[in-house]
Amino acid sequence: MWVAFVSGLLFGLGLAVSNMLNPQRVLAFLDIFGTWDPTLAFVMGGALLVTVPGFALVLKRSKPLLSASFSLPSKTEIDRPLIIGAVLFGLGWGLAGLCPGPALAALVSLNGSIIVFVAIMLISWWLTDRYLSRPSATK
Amino acid sequence: MSIATDTQILQGFLGGLLIGSAALLLLLGKGYIAGISGIVGRAVTSPRNGGWRWLFIAGLLCGSAIYFLINGSLNAQLPTLDVTLLLAAALVGVGTRLGSGCTSGHGVCGIGRRSPRSLIATAVFMVVAIITVAVVGR
Repeated sequence: MWVAFVSGLLFGLGLAVSNMLNPQRVLAFLDIFGTWDPTLAFVMGGALLVTVPGFALVLKRSKPLLSASFSLPSKTEIDRPLIIGAVLFGLGWGLAGLCPGPALAALVSLNGSIIVFVAIMLISWWLTDRYLSRPSATK
Repeated sequence: MSIATDTQILQGFLGGLLIGSAALLLLLGKGYIAGISGIVGRAVTSPRNGGWRWLFIAGLLCGSAIYFLINGSLNAQLPTLDVTLLLAAALVGVGTRLGSGCTSGHGVCGIGRRSPRSLIATAVFMVVAIITVAVVGR
């Protein structure tokens, strides 16, 4: 169980060190037609530098170190929910400069706006889950 | 023209390495994908079956809290509460659940395992976010 905690710890520390908890820095990255701040590209680049070769090596194993099997997403199809979801998420991300990780990690500031943002995000997840698992849903 | 200093860009790169290491550790140790929207969403939807997800969330909060304590602040200009922020929160929530992931799950982990779904999703939300900022401003 310590693995999940340490992983979360590194993740939170990484978000804070990279200053991606600051929505202004994220919006400045997205503002490619204005005064562009390339930092987020280096954050993503740093992360992918570890995950692209690292995941390839790890996934050659038959199982993880401390668990019976890998729990990977099973879907491979590029379907409508994926695209519509990504469009809606992109809209929200561009409006506020906040995505789920930084919003949660910024809760430690006890900032009122962040608390409200996270609360609405949690309710939206719950409602969307209920909608997707409604009896009339085809899948 | 860039507005970030070399130090800020280096800190971004170092933070990225930490985030990548976090994702690698979770996959190597337990076989899980470090996607924030999936982890937190599932923990909240069925709290009693959350298990390891709650520990990950506790770790995430401790990580930013450690930075907060050492640095004295989060070094962030946090948003003001207005209708735009409420709308953004709802869009981020619905969008990441419908699209099965966010910047971490699709961007860092999905591209990490070279998933075409994640590559497409990341390209779409990046482009839409860039257009949104271009149209609405920041």
